[in-house]
Amino acid sequence: MPSKQDILDLYFMDARCKLIDIAAFLDRMDRFDGDADYRFNGFHEALDAMLKPGEQSRAQAVLNALSDQTVEPIPKAIIQGAFGAPNKQAGN
Amino acid sequence: MVSRTTDDYQAMAIAGCEAICEPAFWAGFDRSSAQGFHDYYRQLTEYEPQRAAKFGIKHFCWLCINPKEAEDSGFAREVMAIIPEFLDAPTVLGIGEIGLNKNTISELTIFEEHVAIAQKHDLPILIHTPHLEDKLKGTRLIIDALKNAKVDPCKVIIDHVEEHTAGMVLDAGFWAGMTLYPESKCTLPRAVDILENFGMENIWMNSACDWGISDPLAVAKCMQEMKKRQHSQETIHKVVYDNPVKFLSQSPNFSL
Repeated sequence: MPSKQDILDLYFMDARCKLIDIAAFLDRMDRFDGDADYRFNGFHEALDAMLKPGEQSRAQAVLNALSDQTVEPIPKAIIQGAFGAPNKQAGN
Repeated sequence: MVSRTTDDYQAMAIAGCEAICEPAFWAGFDRSSAQGFHDYYRQLTEYEPQRAAKFGIKHFCWLCINPKEAEDSGFAREVMAIIPEFLDAPTVLGIGEIGLNKNTISELTIFEEHVAIAQKHDLPILIHTPHLEDKLKGTRLIIDALKNAKVDPCKVIIDHVEEHTAGMVLDAGFWAGMTLYPESKCTLPRAVDILENFGMENIWMNSACDWGISDPLAVAKCMQEMKKRQHSQETIHKVVYDNPVKFLSQSPNFSL
């Protein structure tokens, strides 16, 4: 099995790049006018979940934070796609 | 691979791919008639096997109306009525990829009716789980429906699992599939993480080869990722080859 040093050698630069991308995305959102929507709230909730995952892995915590937690099937689809975060105001 | 060029078959052959299992799926737009599906099933069962054979690759397929087009249950039933006529084709593996898209009542009903077709013909089932925020809920609904239908979990693979759904799928006795995708679903390093966290049994990975940005060589690349993580050749071979062969051998039409 690889050591922590091996994992750093394999993935640190890639993770560093993605971390800076996230920081730049947040800066970009600050810089422009207008209102954000539920996706941005979900993004912040996912960031919090990553830092405080509890009993879950961080990846699980992020995915769960970005998931519809309701349990009943909905009456009808009004779109075919997905947006990446639950719209809690719309009931999911 | 109806959405890909012949170059992709060539690249997959060079990468060592022996067989392709292509699920019936969305065309990128909603088809306007059941007859459109008849033509599509002919493409899957007649033309694509010939196209793959030119490169020494065996081509198999799964048949269904995909959940994205299952919202109109009347239309979906028209299409499902066509499926039995194709089940005797020599390269049909089973029913798939059925499942849910937006987790609607109608999608769930059509999913259950597809499962009944598979049970009637004693065929394996390939299941699509919803995208992004809908995946967790959809996976739970699918597992509940399969349990209610008393489906043998060994004959079902639930696809597109990620870190938050892999455990519940495997714990319920189903097979789990990881779809490797450059932009969503599962990246190569995460797929290897899932293998390391959930084990190498009853799990496989597949390359997304659809209309979006996807990579038919993703499985071959993930073999390299596993090698970088110091997994043995035996382990890599098990996940990439032995596991799929074990599951697919439950279909009477599967042979290599």
